[in-house]
Parts: sequence; C-alpha cells; structure tokens
Amino acid sequence: MKARALVPIIYILFLLLPIYWLVAMSFKTTNEILGGFSLFPQTWTIENYAVIFTDPSWYWGYINSIGYVSLNTIISLAAALPAAYAFSRYRFLGDKHLFFWLLTNRMAPAAVFALPFFQLYSAVGIFDTHLAVALAHCLFNIPLAVWILEGFMSGVPKELDETAYVDGYSFPAFFLKIFVPTIKAGIGVAAFFCFMFSWVELLLAKTLTAVAAKPIAAVMTKTSSSAGFELGLLAAAGVLTIIPGAIVIYFVRNYIAKGFALGRV
Amino acid sequence: MKTLNQKAWFFVLPVLILVAFNALVPLMTVVNYSVQETFGDNLFFWQGLDWFQQVLRSERFHGALGRQALFTITILLIEIPLGVAIALAMPRKGFWVPVCLVLMALPLLIPWNVVGAMWNIFTLPDIGLAGYTINEVLGIEYNMTRSPLAAWITIIVMDVWHWTSLVVLLSYAGIISIPDAYYQAAKIDGASNWAVFRYIQLPKMKRVLTIAVLLRFMDSFNIYTEPFVLTGGGPGNSTTLLSIDLVKTALGQFDLGPAAAMSLIYFAVTLLVSWLFYTIMTKDDAQ
Amino acid sequence: MAEITLDGLRHSYLPNPKKQSDYALKQMDLKWSDGGAYALLGPSGCGKSTLLNIISGLLIPSEGRILFNDQDVTSLAPDERNIAQVFQFPVIYDTMTVYDNLAFPLRNRGIAEDRIEQRVREISTMLELDDMLSQRASGLTPDNKQKISMGRGLVRDDVNVIMFDEPLTVIDPLLKWKLRSKLKELHQKVNVTMIYVTHDQTEALTFADQVVVMQEGEVVQVGTPIELFERPAHTFVGHFIGSPGMNILPCEILDGKALFNQQALELEGPIRADLAASPDSARTEIGIRPEHVSLGKAGDSNTLGGTVRKAVDLGHQNVVEVLVGEHRINAITEGDLPAAGDEVTLHFQPEYTRVYADGWIATEEAKA
Repeated sequence: MKARALVPIIYILFLLLPIYWLVAMSFKTTNEILGGFSLFPQTWTIENYAVIFTDPSWYWGYINSIGYVSLNTIISLAAALPAAYAFSRYRFLGDKHLFFWLLTNRMAPAAVFALPFFQLYSAVGIFDTHLAVALAHCLFNIPLAVWILEGFMSGVPKELDETAYVDGYSFPAFFLKIFVPTIKAGIGVAAFFCFMFSWVELLLAKTLTAVAAKPIAAVMTKTSSSAGFELGLLAAAGVLTIIPGAIVIYFVRNYIAKGFALGRV
Repeated sequence: MKTLNQKAWFFVLPVLILVAFNALVPLMTVVNYSVQETFGDNLFFWQGLDWFQQVLRSERFHGALGRQALFTITILLIEIPLGVAIALAMPRKGFWVPVCLVLMALPLLIPWNVVGAMWNIFTLPDIGLAGYTINEVLGIEYNMTRSPLAAWITIIVMDVWHWTSLVVLLSYAGIISIPDAYYQAAKIDGASNWAVFRYIQLPKMKRVLTIAVLLRFMDSFNIYTEPFVLTGGGPGNSTTLLSIDLVKTALGQFDLGPAAAMSLIYFAVTLLVSWLFYTIMTKDDAQ
Repeated sequence: MAEITLDGLRHSYLPNPKKQSDYALKQMDLKWSDGGAYALLGPSGCGKSTLLNIISGLLIPSEGRILFNDQDVTSLAPDERNIAQVFQFPVIYDTMTVYDNLAFPLRNRGIAEDRIEQRVREISTMLELDDMLSQRASGLTPDNKQKISMGRGLVRDDVNVIMFDEPLTVIDPLLKWKLRSKLKELHQKVNVTMIYVTHDQTEALTFADQVVVMQEGEVVQVGTPIELFERPAHTFVGHFIGSPGMNILPCEILDGKALFNQQALELEGPIRADLAASPDSARTEIGIRPEHVSLGKAGDSNTLGGTVRKAVDLGHQNVVEVLVGEHRINAITEGDLPAAGDEVTLHFQPEYTRVYADGWIATEEAKA
C-alpha cells in the first residue's frame, strides 16, 4: 500500500517544483539571477515585492483584476440563479435548445471573440472598464454557473416550493429566504468556478483594457516583453497572483472532491 | 416533475440578454466580415465564400490546424490516463485527502499568463532550474528559443503540469462515489486489482471521464495564453497553434476577412467535436 | 458447508476500548450448525452488520476467534474463507452479461469453462434467470439484479456459508414476497448454511429455522421463531417481535409474588431465587403478550379491571387497548368489539405471564 502513496507524492512534487522556482526567483536580486544559476537565493531580497507594493502601476493591476473578477462573479450568479431555477422547475418552449446553446458558448474559442469584442465594447463606450471585462467573461461563466446551479437545484424536491406557497410566501421571499439557503453549497461551487475562470483568463481581459482597468496579467506581460527584463520582479508579481487562488481553494477544500462532481455527476 | 410554464422565459431573460449580447452580436460581426472585403473607410464589398476558400486552402491555416491537432491529441493521450492513474492511487479516506486535493488544485488557479511566465523562467537554458539541470547536469542540449522540438516538449509538459489536476479531481470524484460494497463483493469474488479497475471502477467513472475529455479537448483546442507567453508561437512558427495564428491575423494584421472566416471554421470544428461528446454523454444518461 | 463457531468474540471500532459501551459487539459465544438457515434480527445499529462482516472476513475482530468446522479463520481474507455475501443493494458488474456475472467468481478461481457452463446454467435455472443470460446486467430490474448477486454466491460449490445483508431493502414490496419464498426454496435445495441479517421480523421469522436476536451489540436470544414468540428471554425480544409487541408492566416483588397495581398475578412458575431474595436489586417488570390477554368476567381469578381506550377490528382479530390505572395494556380478542369507554375485565393466562429483571427473564418454567 505504501508504494501506491508514492504516486500522488511524486506528482505533487512535480507540481510544486516550478512554483518553488518562481518563489525562489522572487527573492533574488537581478544580478544574482542573471549572474548564474543558484538553487537557493544567495542574497535574500524583498526588493521585488517592495516595488510591487509601492508602485501604483503594479498594485493597481491586482486591484483591477480582483475588481472585475468579483464583479463578474456577482453578475454571473445573479443572472444564473433565476435561469437555473427555470430550467430546473419548468418546461417551456425551446428550453432544451436554449440550454444547449448556452453550453456551446463555453466551448467557444476566446480568440474568435477578441476582435469583435474589442469593436463591440468600444462602440458601446465601455472599453477599458472593469465592467467590460466582467461582462465579457459572462460569455463563459454564465453557462457554467447555470449548469452547476441547475444540477444542485434539481436535487431539491419541488415539495419545498409548494409548501412555501401554501404557507403564504411570495415568490421573491420564498426564493431568497428559503430556496437560496438550501442550495448554498451549489452557489459556493458556482462562485468558485466563476472566480477561477475569470481570474485566470488573459486574452479578453487584455484586449478590452488599456490603462484604467488594466489587469495584473497585462501589467506582467508588459514587463516581460522587453529584453533584459527584471525576472525577479516578474516572479514576485507572479507569486502574488497565486495567493488569491490558494486562499479560495483553501476555503472550498472540503467541497473539492464532491463539488467537482458539479452537482450532477 | 417539471410543470409547463411559458412565463419561465422571464427568469431566463437576464441570462439570455447577457449571453446573447456577448455571443450573437460579435458573431454577427464575424459573419459579416467573413463574407466581405474592406479597404478601410467602412467600405465593404461582397466576397461570398472567397475568404473561406482562401483560408481552407492556405498552407498557413493547414499548418496551424495540424499543429493544433497534434497538440490536442498528444495532451489528451497523456493527461487522461495520467490523471486517472493518479486518482486511483490516492487514498479514498483520511486526513491526507484534502491536503493532496488542495495542493493538486493549485496549478488550476494560477492566471494563465503566470503559468507561461513561470515555465519561461523555469526553462531558461542558463539560469532556469529545469533549463540549467537539463543542459549542465544531464548534458542534453535544451534551448526553447532555438529548437522547435524543445519548444514543443516544453509546451506539452507545461500543459500536463497545468491541467492534469483537473482530470485527477474529476476522476477522483467519480471513484469515491463508488460504494464500498462493490469492492467487498469483488474481494469475495476473488477479483484481481486489474479486474476491479476494468469491471467496477472504469464503468462507474464513465460519466466523469466523458466530462474530463470534453473539457480538456475544448480548452486545449482553444488554448492561447500559456503557449503564447512561453514561446510567442516560435521558434519561427513551430508552436503557432490555431488561436495564436487567429489572433495574429485578427489583431496583429487586421485581416478582417480571413480572420473572420477562420474564426467561423475554428468555432465550427470545436462545436462539432464537443457536440459529439455531449450527445454520447446524454445518450448514456437516458439509458 | 460448515459449522460456524464464535469463540469469545468482541469488537470495538475504537483503538483503545475501555468500557462496555466502546464495544460495537459485546462478548459472544455461539455455534451455528451446518446447513441451517439463520436470521440475525435487530434494530439499526445493533451490531448485526458488524457481526456479518466479521464472519465474512471483511472485518477483523478486535478480540476472539471464528472457526469454520474447527478451523480458525479469524485472520483469513474473504476469498480464502469460501463465503458469499449479498448486499443491501444489487452489486453486479454492469458491463458484463448475466452469464458472465455468474461465471466471474468461477473464472477467477481458474475453473474449466465447461464446468463453469454447467454450474451457471444450473443456478440460472434455479433463479429463473435463463432467458436473460445473454443480456447486459445493467439493464435489469433491481429484483433480477439481486438474483444475480445471489447467483454469484451460489455458483461456487465450495461455499461454506452465504450471508445476506438486508438484501430486500431496495426491492418492491410485491417482489419482496416472491424473492423471500425463492430464498427459502433455494435453501432447501442447496442446503448451505445461510445467515440472513434484517431488521424486519417478518423476513426473519419466515426465512429462518433459528433466529439470533441482537440489541446494542449483544445476543439477546437464540431460538426458533416459535420459541421467541412463546417465551421471550428478554423484554426487547418480546417488544420487537409480534405486532403489537408484548405488554411490559412495572411490578413489585413481595414475598415471592409479583404485584402489579398492588394486585398479585399468577406467573408461569417460581421467580428466580436470587431475585426473590433481593427483590429491589433490579428493575422488575411483568411481561405478557396481547395474544395471551383476553376479556373475562369480573370475579374470575387472575383478572384486572380497566377501561377501553380504543378498539380496532383487524378482520381476523381485534386489538383492544385497555387503560388499567395509568398503564395501557393491549389484548387480542375475537368476536364483538367493545366500545371506547367500556369497563372490561382482562384475564392474564398464567403460563405466559412472566417477570423480567432488568429486561432479562426472571421466572422459571413450572416443573410439570
């Protein structure tokens, strides 16, 4: 049995290796990095992190990213909840086709939408805003959120709805006070996936922003495109982007095994 | 049982508006461009299916499509079995399970450009951990910017590093949903480990595996950021995958016509294969 | 086929058990003879599944031994003990045909194909699965799937004992009856020791020759269905078996007599000497089944007066609930149904009236 445990251990070590290297780099000076190879930082420095925390063009990148990711999660969930309820409880004209059409949007290559989005959002006048990226990400996140929520909602018996009506609840009261608390695990899973896909996406986030809402991803690529770039700084920026993700996973750790079943698997 | 209620359309309206705005309007634009030519100043000339023919015949498109297919097939062949194997090797209960799952999920939440940048730093020939080790310690010549083979191997290893955990997590969810009684019955029947895998675990994982293959196919076929940040599509165009080529055509060269035609062909291929998977998945459900 | 002996068996799921309550299975010493049909009956959590898994080898007991025909099998794996087990829900190999499902245990043991064919056809005929042999197992109804589970157990001819862990749980009530009869029929044909675990008394009493009643990890009584009914050794047995269950009334012991409501009642026989000597050493109760309580006339011996609380006509008999003082007593009668509020006299049959101390029977049968 013990030999079997080696497999996940080796895999995790493989996963941690590049991350370790990134962290190590972030604590090295540029001289040390370019001067040669060292497994462990010889001269420890927090200079790179200091730059990020003090230079507005850097830290605003993070704030912008967190901004549009949160905005997207809220919008996606707010729109997906009633829709998922409809799919779960009612039959209506075109319901199956609508559902499938929603899923096809998740399958779309982002590259196909890069130019059209650029033109569309400029035309509407919201280019370079957090709202733009948040809305653009809805294309992928809403179908996913609807799919996940519908799965969880189907697990709640209709009798709950009927009892509430008999008890005299209006629909909004029933939905907010009774139904939503029942599926809060599903909402958590959906919010997790919305956060995840929006946080990691680069192409659309970069295409739709310039200065005001520039995400950290775009700030980083600006740095890396020049020759002789500051690797240590880049590494520090990278490490800081991993932290929000790690925090979120930690919070949902108990649901990972089951939540990944997406409610309907 | 679901009740028939056309008023449900009101519930669906916000979603419909948001997704339609993002999907239909751009797609109409794309379709528009794909059948017209412009020389600027908002003057458009009908081209019919010319752009489509041009794209479908262009060697550049064939190259990108071929590279993309090679990439997707390779990573599917690696990530699916690997992910399943790791999930099978994991303990089904106990303290270490959440620890393992959290650590394994970490790569999935790293912004894609950071993944590319991380692997860039990792594989630099003289100063990256992997680059240095392979070149100096193992004595194998390895330089991503010069050798297409090195670039290919790197983007594949990077993708395996990045996404295998998704397959692991999905497979694991499938495995732990199997009740103990199945394993007990197999023990009593004297079944070997291989028989347990083939007759109990694999059939019960069929649904999660279909989802895993579907997701990995879609996402790897549409991949843009990680390889772009890592190799920029090079050396030359040896790692220019389909999305990278499309973005170059659309945003780099502003060749709206060809880009639009290519977009539609691209989207069509992804849709077709995904639809096939989806049909297989839901057909088994109905059974 | 084997004789099963449990020797000093005890099991705790905790690493360092200290008190009695840490043990899921308290001390048991039992012997089950070859080829018998046994039931393990008890409520949820009483330890019957634990005991079953110890017998089958899926669980190693923390103390004690199990012997199959005098061979110590306590540390042997399930497939080394030649046992078969049928679970609560059908456990079948979905991707295989019914034939392959039944053949699986034999193929794993390297038995020749023509012998396998012979056995599989024998068993499928017994279980009425013949016309489904080439179908994929996953498409069958739950009751047929359970039959396949049973079949996999029966197909091996070296099986010592077949265990059934509440196998009818997911079956439709109508089909439950059919499967139950089929099981009994199978036992008579195959003559293998069968142990049937259930919390349903009807299943236990119709299937088994001998019933082992368990409560909270202890064996409370072992006996034929009739013995359990006529002379429950524990108030739990009296209460659990029979519908409605045994009447249990608090009583006082005074001068070797049992008094309920200050009235002395005649018993089946003398009260156990140690209890008679120190009557306050235990909680004492009188137990009598409603079947042995009838309506009598005031002035008859061994009677109590009371008021009818409710009376139900079940068709073949009536259940009358009578309030005597503060206590409710059920009686089973025939004929005219008394009305609620009526004053009646209850007659207790002495041969079935017993005293229980801390739940355990405390009267001895009268010497004839």
